[in-house]
Amino acid sequence: MRRMMAAIVALMLLAVPAVHAVQPDEIMSDPVKEARARELSRELRCMVCQNQSIDDSDAPLARDLRLLVRERIAAGDSNSQVIDFLVARYGEFVLLKPRFERQTILLWLLAPLLLAGGGFALWRQNRRRSRSGADVPASPLTPEEEARLAALMSDEAKSS
Amino acid sequence: MIAEAGHYALVLALALALIQSFVPLIGARLRDPALMNVARSTALAQLLFVGASFIALVTLHVSSDFSVANVYENSHSMKPLIYKITGVWGNHEGSMLLWVSILALFGGLVAAFGNNLPLSLRAHVLSVQAWIASAFYLFILITSNPFLRIANPPIEGRDLNPVLQDIGLAVHPPMLYLGYVGFSISFSFAIAALIEGRIDAAWARWVRPWTLVAWIFLTLGIAMGSYWAYYELGWGGWWFWDPVENASLMPWLAGTALLHSALVMEKRNALKVWTILLSILTFSLSLLGTFLVRSGVITSVHAFANDPTRGVFILLILCLFIGGSLSLFAGRATSLKQGGLFAPISREGALVLNNLLLTVACAVVLFGTLYPLAMEVLADFKMSVGAPFYNLTFVPLFALLLLAVPFGPMLAWKRGDLLGVTQRLLAAGVAGLVVVAIVWAWTRGGSALAPLAIGLGVFVIAGVVTDLVERTGLFRLPFATTLHRARGLPRSAWGTAFAHAGLGIALIGIVCETTWNSEYIATMKPNDVAQVAGYDLKLDGLLERQGPNYREMVAQFQVSKGGEPLSVMTPSKRSFTTRGASTTEAALLTRGASQLYISLGDVTAEGAIAVRIYHKPFVLLIWWGPVLMAFGGVLSLSDRRLRVGAPKPARAKQRLQPAE
Repeated sequence: MRRMMAAIVALMLLAVPAVHAVQPDEIMSDPVKEARARELSRELRCMVCQNQSIDDSDAPLARDLRLLVRERIAAGDSNSQVIDFLVARYGEFVLLKPRFERQTILLWLLAPLLLAGGGFALWRQNRRRSRSGADVPASPLTPEEEARLAALMSDEAKSS
Repeated sequence: MIAEAGHYALVLALALALIQSFVPLIGARLRDPALMNVARSTALAQLLFVGASFIALVTLHVSSDFSVANVYENSHSMKPLIYKITGVWGNHEGSMLLWVSILALFGGLVAAFGNNLPLSLRAHVLSVQAWIASAFYLFILITSNPFLRIANPPIEGRDLNPVLQDIGLAVHPPMLYLGYVGFSISFSFAIAALIEGRIDAAWARWVRPWTLVAWIFLTLGIAMGSYWAYYELGWGGWWFWDPVENASLMPWLAGTALLHSALVMEKRNALKVWTILLSILTFSLSLLGTFLVRSGVITSVHAFANDPTRGVFILLILCLFIGGSLSLFAGRATSLKQGGLFAPISREGALVLNNLLLTVACAVVLFGTLYPLAMEVLADFKMSVGAPFYNLTFVPLFALLLLAVPFGPMLAWKRGDLLGVTQRLLAAGVAGLVVVAIVWAWTRGGSALAPLAIGLGVFVIAGVVTDLVERTGLFRLPFATTLHRARGLPRSAWGTAFAHAGLGIALIGIVCETTWNSEYIATMKPNDVAQVAGYDLKLDGLLERQGPNYREMVAQFQVSKGGEPLSVMTPSKRSFTTRGASTTEAALLTRGASQLYISLGDVTAEGAIAVRIYHKPFVLLIWWGPVLMAFGGVLSLSDRRLRVGAPKPARAKQRLQPAE
């Protein structure tokens, strides 16, 4: 939905004609390089849009960034060099996939930590319950209970 | 007059909600049935007044009364009637009015059909509903009144945001709200149970149908929104991990977990505390979604207006309800007794695993949505979280979940036999692997992930089929017996089957669309031919047309395959004069489950036009899956055990039958 907003903002505020994501004139002649550019574009954020990749965005800035990515690729940069170049210029904000570092460690480790924590809690609860639960034989009978049981059994033996 | 009447009706609804908030509670304390029954009448009266208020706003929009600010800002006299009606909720104030109307509708339904509920439980549930309702009536009346007048009424309105002028607006928000707000019922039931300190299997049986109703609507609402985005935005994308989309996905994930844990509670009287917590969390996430969308924390087309007082007000409601309910939970939960022991390998165990995975997935989405906001505020660190992040975190969790789906329904309650179930699922597993091999050989070498994911989808569907075959004794027993058994299977078993199969189908659609989507981007002149995925698309020409409140430029494409003409596609670009905005209307051609998709770009000086043509293989499966899931939900809902209202008539009918 954000893309709609981006389109509207672009149209209303900047008063420029609607342009599409990846324009015919942007495409690189080498299909391998173009595929790399597309792949990279999907991981880069158009900074004036909401959470939208430059591959999808129709904002003029996204077009500039797409051209920049293609320029770097044409200049022989590797994928990570292109990314480093953009981060140096625009900061981490440009990455849709945050890097694994101090500020994002919690974000990245959340799922494994929760899974492990949840699994551990379930395992402990299960152990605690099966120890005290009905599945395991309850505590041995007290002497009084033993006596009563013996009395009942002998009653039954007598009556039959 | 109508505006004032609508406004007044809303104030009356607030007064009724305030009465409903306290009187039944006092009644429950004093064990006074008359006071407790007040809840029923006020809930119904509230529905009446909010309904009247909503109808008043619709009338104002339909009659284009531009002396009302809300109508002036969002309507236009030339707008087609359907968009005059849907425009009512295409703006902040109106959509909040729709929100409370649906809340009142659910309250009214509980009041009308809750005759089989214990009186005090019903009184408590309706009271809690009224707390929520009062908070939102106040919110509307104080910060977002849709009935405000303009002193000097303008002659013409400013029209509705053009991207919203689509049939999607008629369906998507009401569905989504029915889902969001529907979860308020399970929330109210949970709070009522905590207040009463009593919860049992019967409680779960009352809660399940309401949760199911909300879940069905939310499922359809999300799917509909996704399809709308797909055809309206002109990128052919259908899910963007947009914070606003995440806001609807989170309650869905939690609600799905809730459906499953309520099942354990109903059947085995276990997981009580957890079910209560999930009920609270699910609605809290719905509220959070409302906050994220309505407060302007996130700018998007959904956040119709950004006004800090509104944000603060909703944040207050959010803190009050989430904080209050969680403290109540913390104080009372320990007094609820756990029952129903089960071994880790059992149907219950499988449902616990389902809950664990769904909750973690939900937490991932929650973190992904809020983490950047928090980092910016707390650490002054600007970062983004987008699709590539969720692909690495959310997707593996769902893959695990899907792998476990076929096992769940086949395990026995209490203590299951994993090895036995694995053997019974062998055929399904083999079917999945064969598909992996075929797809892998056919696409020769591409990414290994796509065939594996498709195999997983096939495994899920084959697992469902295996379960049904076993239960009905197909191939094993005479066909007539099988048919008889199939009819005798509980509707909820069929519901489970359809819902789980829907998951597999959606997965296959998602994988096919993302992996084998072909794309053609070029500037085309009339009589140029584009070749995409074996189709020839010839651009016939461009023409201009005048619509009711827009002008459009239409491109006409002749589509043929192997020289045989198939159809004509007419994508267009519309420009709306009043707002000075334009929209891209993509043209879609459906072939089986696959689609051809054309959207237009700009016209160049030489009269050529930029076009984007996609062939999206099996893309429709992405939405057929959720539709099937919702259908499964409806089947479950029609199960006699769960029927909303009185579940007794069936027995009465039996008694009347003559003896044979």
